[in-house]
Order: sequence, then C-alpha cells, then structure tokens
Amino acid sequence: MALSAFGARAADDTIKVGILHSLSGTMAISETTLKDVMLMLIEEQNKKGGLLGKKLEAVVVDPASNWPLFAEKARELIAKDKVAATFGCWTSVSRKSVLPVFKELNNILFYPVQYEGEECERNVFYTGAAPNQQAIPAVDYLMSADGGSVKRWVLAGTDYVYPRTTNKILEAYLKAKGVAQEDIMINYTPFGHSDWQTIVADIKKFGSAGKKTAVVSTINGDANVPFYKELGNQGIKATDIPVCAFSVGEEELAGLDTKPLVGHLAAWNYFESIDTPENKAFIEKWHAFTKNPKRTTNDPMEAHYIGFNMWVKAVEKAKTTDPDKVIDAMVGIKQANLTGGVAEMLPDHHLTKPVYIGEIKSDGQFDVVWKTEKLVPGDAWSKYLPGSKDLVGDWKDKKCGNWNTVTNKCGA
Amino acid sequence: MRSVFARVFLTLSLVLMLAPARAADVDLKSALSGFLADSFPSTQKAIEAVVQSGSSQAPAIIEALQDERLYFARDAQLVAYKTKGGELREAATGGPVATTPQDLKQVRLNNRLRGIVNAAVGALTLMSSNPERRREAANAVFKSRDASTLPTLDSAIAKETDPATRTALEQARASVILAKSDSSDAQKIDAIGVLRARGDQDALAMLSAVAAGPETLEKSAAQAAAAAIETRLALWRNLQNVWYGLSLGSVLLLAAIGLAITFGVMGIINMAHGEMVMLGAYTTFVVQEYCRTSAPGLFNYSLFIAIPLAFLVTGAVGVVIERSIIRFLYGRPLETLLATFGVSLLLQQAVRTIFGANNREVGAPSFMSGAFHLGGLEITYGRMWIIVFALVVFAALQLLLRFTSFGLRMRAVTQNRRMASSMGIDTNRIDALAFGLGSGIAGMAGVALSQIDNVSPNLGQSYIIDSFMVVVFGGVGNLWGTFLGAALLGVANKFLEPFAGAVLGKIALLVFIILFIQKRPRGLFALKGRAVEA
Repeated sequence: MALSAFGARAADDTIKVGILHSLSGTMAISETTLKDVMLMLIEEQNKKGGLLGKKLEAVVVDPASNWPLFAEKARELIAKDKVAATFGCWTSVSRKSVLPVFKELNNILFYPVQYEGEECERNVFYTGAAPNQQAIPAVDYLMSADGGSVKRWVLAGTDYVYPRTTNKILEAYLKAKGVAQEDIMINYTPFGHSDWQTIVADIKKFGSAGKKTAVVSTINGDANVPFYKELGNQGIKATDIPVCAFSVGEEELAGLDTKPLVGHLAAWNYFESIDTPENKAFIEKWHAFTKNPKRTTNDPMEAHYIGFNMWVKAVEKAKTTDPDKVIDAMVGIKQANLTGGVAEMLPDHHLTKPVYIGEIKSDGQFDVVWKTEKLVPGDAWSKYLPGSKDLVGDWKDKKCGNWNTVTNKCGA
Repeated sequence: MRSVFARVFLTLSLVLMLAPARAADVDLKSALSGFLADSFPSTQKAIEAVVQSGSSQAPAIIEALQDERLYFARDAQLVAYKTKGGELREAATGGPVATTPQDLKQVRLNNRLRGIVNAAVGALTLMSSNPERRREAANAVFKSRDASTLPTLDSAIAKETDPATRTALEQARASVILAKSDSSDAQKIDAIGVLRARGDQDALAMLSAVAAGPETLEKSAAQAAAAAIETRLALWRNLQNVWYGLSLGSVLLLAAIGLAITFGVMGIINMAHGEMVMLGAYTTFVVQEYCRTSAPGLFNYSLFIAIPLAFLVTGAVGVVIERSIIRFLYGRPLETLLATFGVSLLLQQAVRTIFGANNREVGAPSFMSGAFHLGGLEITYGRMWIIVFALVVFAALQLLLRFTSFGLRMRAVTQNRRMASSMGIDTNRIDALAFGLGSGIAGMAGVALSQIDNVSPNLGQSYIIDSFMVVVFGGVGNLWGTFLGAALLGVANKFLEPFAGAVLGKIALLVFIILFIQKRPRGLFALKGRAVEA
C-alpha cells in the first residue's frame, strides 16, 4: 500500500535533495554521520509539511572516499536525479573535485566542514569554519594568560591541502605576532600514520627549551587516535604541553580512553556539551532518530543543521528551487545556531559563527573554557597571506568571489 | 602565574608551621562559596582561600579537586567532594551529605587552574608519611618552582631517609633556588650542579633558560651543564631511535610473518592478508566487549583470551578462502591477486556492515599502559610487550616448521609438490592448512596491532604494502629474511624520520628498496637450489 502510494506520486510532487557523503572507505567514519543527520533534518521538514507544498526526498549516493567518484556522483545527482541542492563532501580534495561539476551544471553545494579558506565560489555555501573562525582564535587563546602564555609552537598536521594551507596562515600569523622562526616547528605525517613514537619524542624535546610550548594539531582522521595514545604513554600532560586540535571532535574521541588526555584542547564552533535548549532538543531528536542514546553530535552536524534550514528559508523566500534565485536569496538569511547565537549568511558565502575552545574531559566530552564574545564573520580569503590579503568575496553587490580591494577589479 | 603560587604557598607554609585551628571554619565556609560561581577566576580565588583558611579539611578538598571529585550545588549552597569510594561528603565539615541535591555539578578546571592545584597538592604533601606521595610532591614542586615552599622543602630534606625521595626533594629545591631571584651565586651554582646530575629534558629546559639569560656568574656554569646534558641526551637519543626502530620492526614483523608463509613459502599473492589482521583486531574487540559486559574481572586477561581465538577465527576464514577460491587458481598469480583483492573488499565491507564504519575502542590492559625509564631511555610497556610477542610468535613458527610433522610436510610440499604427493602426502590438505596457518598468524598480529592502531575496517590496508615490502626485501621463502628485513627497515625508518620527516622518510625507504631489488631481485637471503625453480 505504502509502496504503491509512494510510487504513484509523480516526480514533480517532490523536491529532491542530494546527499553526497562517503558511506564506505576511509572517510566513512566521519561522513556516515552527516548522511544520517541530513536524513533526520529532511524527515523533520516533511513532518512540518514539506517545502512549497511539496515533500522533500533525499537522494543518497556513496562516493566511497574516492575523489574522482565524487565528481561523477555529483553529476549523477544534478543531471539524472535533478536535485535542487546537494549537501556533501568532507575533505577539501573531494570539494575541489566536485567544484567544476557544480559550476558547469549550475547547482548548489552546502559544504559543512571547517576548511583552509582561500576559496569563494558562487555555487558553494561554506557552512563550516574558515581559518579565522577556528585556527586564529585558538592561537590567540593559547597566547593569552589563561591558555598558558605559549611562546613556542609545534604545528603538526597530516600531509594534504587543509593542514598545509592552515599552517601557512598560522605561521604568517605567528610571525606577525613576533614569534621567531626557531620557536616554530612544523611537522607533517601521512594519512593514517600510526607510529608516533619519534614525533612525540621530538615534540617533547622541542618543548624543553625553557619556554611554554603548545602543539597546534591539524592531524586528520584516524591518525589522531594513535597520536593521543602515544602522548598518554609518554606522559605528556596538558599542563606541560597542551595540544590544541582542529579536527578532533566528539566522534574521534569515541574510540579512545580519554583519561590521559584530560585538558588537551579543541577549537570548534559547536560542542555537544554546550547547554542550550536548542542543543538539548537537537541531541534528543538525534538520539530518537538513530535509536541510539549514545550517538554523539559534532560541529559539522551543526553546520548541516544551519545550512539546511537556511536553504529552506531561502527557497521559501524565492518561492522556487531554481538555483540562481536561491543563491541570490541565500545571502543575508539568518538562522539560529544550536549554541544560542544566530548565524547569518554573508556575501562571501561563509557564516558568522561563535568560536569555542574546549578542554577534553575524562568522559570524552569537551568542557568549554573560552569563547569569543561576539560571532566571528568568516573570511574566505586570509588576511595573513600575501597572495590573498587584499581579496574579498562578495556575491551580493560585486558578483565576484575574489574582488581585489586595492585594484578594485574582479580576479586576483 | 608565579605570584599566584607565591600567595598560595606563603600562606600555606605559614599554616603548616603555625597550624592554627581558630576561626578556620568560618574562613572555610566563605572560601568554599567561591566554587559556587562556576567561573575560573572565582574558582581560583576559592582555591587560594581554602588553602589560606588553614582548615584541616583543606588537603582533602584540594586533592578532590585534583582528581575531579569536587562538586557544588548552587541552590542548596553546598560544596561537597566524593571520597575515593564514591561517598559524598560535605566539604566544610567532612560529614556525610544527607540528600544529594538535584543540580549537583562538578567544579570545572582549566589547564592553568590544574597547574595551581597540582602545585598546591605538591606543597601539602611534601611532609606526607608515604614516600611515594613525597616523591610526587617533590616532582610537583620541581615544576611549580615556587620560592615559598623552600622552608618546607628544607625541613623535608632534613627528615628524609629514603635516598631516592631525598634526591627528588633536593632536585626540587635546586629548581626552586634557580628560579628565585635573590638566591646567592654560590647557591645557584650548587643548584646547577644538582640539575646537571639529574640530566634529563626538564633539567635541560631550566638550565638553557639560565644559559640564555643575562650575563651572570652562573651563566657560564649553566651553559657548561646544559652542553653536558645535551651530549648525554644525544647519545641516549640514538639508543632511543634504535628502540623505536625495533618497535616498528616488531610491528612490521608481526604483520609480515603470516604473509611470509602464504606468499613467501606458498607463493600466493594474498591481497586479503591485511583483512586477516583486521579480523584479528575485531576478534579482540568482541572479546573485550564480552569481558566488559559479562566478566569485568577478566578484562586484564582479555588479550590472552583473544590471541588463540583470533588465531582460530582467522585461520578458519583462511581455510575457507583457500578451499573456495585460491585452490582453483594455483599457478595463476594474476588471477589470484585479483580474486584475493576482491575478497579483501568483501571482508572490509562485511565488517563495516556488522560493526559500523566507526573505529572501535580496544582498551589497553593495565600491564600495557604507561612507560618506564631505563637510563635515558623511555620505554612504553605496550611497545615492549609487542616486541616480546613478535619474538615469541616468530620462534613458535620456526619450531613448528622445523620440529613437527606438519612442518615437515609443509616444507616438503612447497619444495617439491609432486615428489611429496608421491610419498603419500595429501597436498591439498597441507595447502589448506598452511594457508590457514598464515592467516591465523595474521589474526594474532591483529590482536597486537589493536593495541597501537585504530580498529577500523581499513586497518588491514595500511599494513598490506609494508608486509609485502618486508617479505620481498627479506627474501621470498625465508623466514629469517623476513625477521631481519623487518628489523632493518624499522630501524632505518626511525633514523630517517627525524631528518627527513615521516613522509619523505617513507619515500626514501621505498626508493631504497626498489634499488635494492634491482641489484638483488631475490632479496636479502635468496633461496638457493631446486625449490627456487619450482
């Protein structure tokens, strides 16, 4: 009965939403959760009566952590399934791989993960943090008295575009703050690195020069687990050398004994432990939807929550799902985030976000020890890199992703 | 920061010397109210005030704070701590709490406050009756370097009878004196001598700070001491690198040793080898999960239960794969490669479907956590036991192949299949068992790897390349080659890493192996004789 009713409905009766997250391969660990949260949001919207009088229909594809396959699957979603918008990607490589497809077929991508910036495309809405909404405030905190007045820095990352660009920005920023070259150590490791003995010993040695030292970690994915295990084994405590991570959330800590890690830090725009009515309701819905009271929530999930609700509002405002009209309607849309603030879509397609610094607790959650006073607007182009400091993205008035404020021309 | 310590300790030492009990209760009550505000600055004030109050409750409160056992309830205006047994006690009186308030919350700390608390506990326990506590206290003071602890330290050193604790106290004293601005030059030079004798990274950090400081009498002494420690540490660092290398080598050996049988001895290119390792790791997870829910007492022995189980599970899977797929493909390496690659994908997705894509937590039993010092070496227990395990597995396999009739038959079949068959050996059965043996060993390796790597469906993929590398480098068909190959590659990798970085180091190693194989296509230990041509 239900099936025939479903089949009988003509394709025009639904609005299709593409979900482009890896359900297999290395990235499945992070991305499966995002697929689930999208399904939950769509189900919830349908319970509220859908959108423009139509039901929403999720189209889930599996790009299998394979970067070229991301582009193929994106093409399939837009050309074959005729989705109105797509929510997807995690790694920057996968985003770069689908960009040409979204531009060519003129569709919308919502990208929910913190990333390295230096990009501003008309067809993409960046609902995760730009470097000035995560990395820079984290470094500021570590430099402050409460963060330990850090004087010496280890920038450790996985060897790919996000950590390398972020570390480039951080290095420029630290030097602008008067940190000497010999007080910065940069280290890269391959994806999935598991033998951290030498590197942790090196960090220990670097940290014994008589100045307060901290590690800023852009280590990604599973490599974090053996890294933190080794820190614990070699007895590096957060009170000696704190590690501040940009890619370690509740999900990553779930596979780990966190007792030796108490006090190490993470910088995000959302933590599951933040106590607001919105967040409480969201977590309850999530537990009910997944039928698992132990499932954690994390920052990219909140980004999808904000992005999806903004898209719904933009479609309602434009009264159509036509991508051109929705893209124009998106800028300026406001949506309450889960931590008590209101996110606004800026002309450079980034959001305003609060920045939180959390310390790892023994139960695997984070305790917020610091937050920015106001919401921080996301900068697509870093102010600290010589190549991009004059650029701004403005899709509202200038209709240009890389407007040069010095030459007053579009294009670098 | 320092001034905070100073205030805390000044009052603290006063308290310890005069030990007044008067008016303490009133002070303590108002001091404790600072914890109710749930903000770091007021928590800090509360810590200072509690110490200042001089109440007999102060040590219990500060220690509870250190162990995250201090709670507050704003509505009931209650600050309470849990004893180690989990019993809730009122902080002001030490008496039991009748009814647990609804809004009981833990007092939060950040790293800065944690430092203050550690230092306070250190100073409070310098005179403890337990030598271990005194040693911990000395280490805390060594780090906090606060001048106001000096009188307490002096009396503690005068009373101390345990030589190790005495050394720790003296080192703490030296560190304090060096940080104190008004110590005399002679005192500072003595302190530099003590730190030089300690000779570790922490001492080096303190000495290099002095050595980089303003031109003083002790500057040159500090420079000389720092240089001496540096030379000593450099030597130990090389030894440490050898140890790290051996540890990496043992992991490589474990991952490769099963492959040395299936690929090295039987000649099957088994791309699903990594998945056998992965299945072994998941077996460990299942065993631990069972222990957690049904028999918590067995948790520390879970690995010992998992080892034979993993061997049986993966061995059985291996036999099934051999009987159902590989035996039809003997002598066709390309097809074997493709088929086993397919099997590896199948197994990965199967595990993903059953256990989910997320990493599974495999805990470390207590004997595998932590580290100990051996001279200047820091040896982590986990890594040490893995080296031991690798050696045991290797020795057991050698004995099996050499001294059992199954080993004899297996060697016979691999050396000359037709001859062995004519002598009445069931070669099919031996093939299946040998493949099962290789897979089973891979499963046992998985138990060990679950301790140092992520237990995820992708676990095996990261080891398959390394395993082939080791077997080919060591010489196909030779177990001793695998053994030496693993050790050499591990040590070489760890010596390259500090100079070249992890990424370039690995590339350099691969390039070296490619060149090496060009020169010696059969690896380190080439098999000679008829078996080679078979």
